[in-house]
Amino acid sequence: MNDVATKLQVKRLSVGYGDRIVQHDVSFNVATGSIFAIMGGSGCGKSTVLRALIGLLRPSAGSICFGPEDYWSATEERRTEIGRGFGVLFQSGALWSSMTAAQNVALPLQMFTKLDSTTIDALVQLKLSLVGLDVGRDSMPASLSGGMVKRVGLARALSLEPDMLFLDEPSAGLDPISAKRLDDLILDLCHGFGVTVVLVSHDLESLLHICDDGIFLDATTHTAIAHGAPKAMRAGCDNPIVHAFMNREKPAVEGASHGG
Amino acid sequence: MVSLEGDWLVGDTYVDRGVSRLLHDNARPSGIGFDTHGLGHWDSTLLVFLSQLRQASAQYKIDFDETGLPSSTRRLLDLLPVQEVLAAPDIHKSSIAESVGVRIIGVWAEVIAVTTLVGETTLATASVLRGRTRMRSMDLLTCMQEAGLEALAIVTVVNVLIGAILAFVGAIELQRFGAAVYVANLVGIAVVREMAAVMTAIVMSGRTGGAYAAQIATMQGSEEIDALSSFGIPLLDYLILTRVLALVSMMPILYLYGSAVGILGGFVVAVAMLNVSATIFMTQVAGAVSVTEVCFGLAKSIAFGSLIAIASCRVGLKAGRSAADVGRAATKAVVVGIVGVIALDAVFAVCANTLDF
Repeated sequence: MNDVATKLQVKRLSVGYGDRIVQHDVSFNVATGSIFAIMGGSGCGKSTVLRALIGLLRPSAGSICFGPEDYWSATEERRTEIGRGFGVLFQSGALWSSMTAAQNVALPLQMFTKLDSTTIDALVQLKLSLVGLDVGRDSMPASLSGGMVKRVGLARALSLEPDMLFLDEPSAGLDPISAKRLDDLILDLCHGFGVTVVLVSHDLESLLHICDDGIFLDATTHTAIAHGAPKAMRAGCDNPIVHAFMNREKPAVEGASHGG
Repeated sequence: MVSLEGDWLVGDTYVDRGVSRLLHDNARPSGIGFDTHGLGHWDSTLLVFLSQLRQASAQYKIDFDETGLPSSTRRLLDLLPVQEVLAAPDIHKSSIAESVGVRIIGVWAEVIAVTTLVGETTLATASVLRGRTRMRSMDLLTCMQEAGLEALAIVTVVNVLIGAILAFVGAIELQRFGAAVYVANLVGIAVVREMAAVMTAIVMSGRTGGAYAAQIATMQGSEEIDALSSFGIPLLDYLILTRVLALVSMMPILYLYGSAVGILGGFVVAVAMLNVSATIFMTQVAGAVSVTEVCFGLAKSIAFGSLIAIASCRVGLKAGRSAADVGRAATKAVVVGIVGVIALDAVFAVCANTLDF
């Protein structure tokens, strides 16, 4: 499966904190330009896998390759360089609280480009318009609503024109209408810019709506128990836990994925 | 048949009353059923009783028939496990030798981390001086305002009072020898050499050091630090350097200001209460305080400033992600700051004594 169209290749990845293994033996490929979902119940380690992908947590085993290059075997400088091609939207938005929305989007540009302030300003306004933030551009993050914070977070993730976007629970904590709007926005942006998206979520609606492919992580066995598009998983997956999750039922087997 | 009557609410006598009497006696029933005609209001208390009863029935193989219970009670009872859930046994028990070893390795790792941080900050400061940095000047100015201008009031109050107290304490002894005029020398030397630098550092440790640690720890909790790392924005340039430079540049200024107002405090007491003339006081101070003394104080204040700033940034970066961790980080930063300042002052005192000035 190592063809040109593979953007990200994860092989036998194990992640954990100290002695505690959160997920092990996870392998998957993400095709260029696709929206890939990392699914699973709460507390199964989706976000931990994502932290390994974006370079915040060194995996205990396995490899993560962007193109031909193994991310974690590279030097720290090279990792930073590869990481510059990533845009990350954190679960809480994680806007820098001492700056306005516009300054949040501008900071990466000021840090890593030699553009003059007029150009930066134009780019920032464009990104904020793309995500539909018409008011509150000069407000501090604390005075923005949850949906607006996510939008600014998305605009910031797009600030350096990334070729990969990592989204951690983009629709968590949003009302159904805002969540739907954000989903549509992700679809538009990713098709428009040709960005490859890896998305962590347990929001069924958005998974079924936007994802082309995915992987299902289980909290009890600590590994991936299903691969494929969410729609296909819903239509027919032999695994009772995946079936129950995708159809919002109580699992038929005891000890299925539940937890904090 | 168990007949449940009256109200079963939290705050009534504890419910264990029934279970042991019912089942642990020799004459155990073969089955348990319920009659709830007399049951009034109930809450979790009833569920605790029923759950215990059910567990005991399972243990003694007694038929537990819940059909007589109200349907809402049955539904809640279904959520509870029939067998008591056993806590997972703690497999790994470390020996004393192991935990001491882990501690020592931890301390050593911390020493290396702090040394690295100090080294990197020094190198980064050097590149700032050469005009090459990614630090935002706006952030530096904000930090300088917080650590400088906004701290003036408390620095004034503390130092004026310290100067006044020194004058009082000195006056009691000196007046007995008719040497009240030497209060000026006492206040001048004590304030310039020791008190202004140390007191200002202690104030700044509580005020600014605690704030730095809490700010950085909060950023840790709200994923802001992760966001910086994911962009590859160096934490050193963005978070630490601004704070260290702000405090290091403001501390000497605050020290000079603190010395001035400290002497002023002594002056007021000496002139108003000890009848020392203003001119004589000033002449005495000028004679007692040399440039070396001021330089010594300045050097100390710079050292204290870097100590407080680096220690509190390090504490903030090491903090956990919860609200309680922010509190702990702030406390730890203040404690480390104050103890560190006093310990460092002792080192300065020993050095000064050895070098004879």
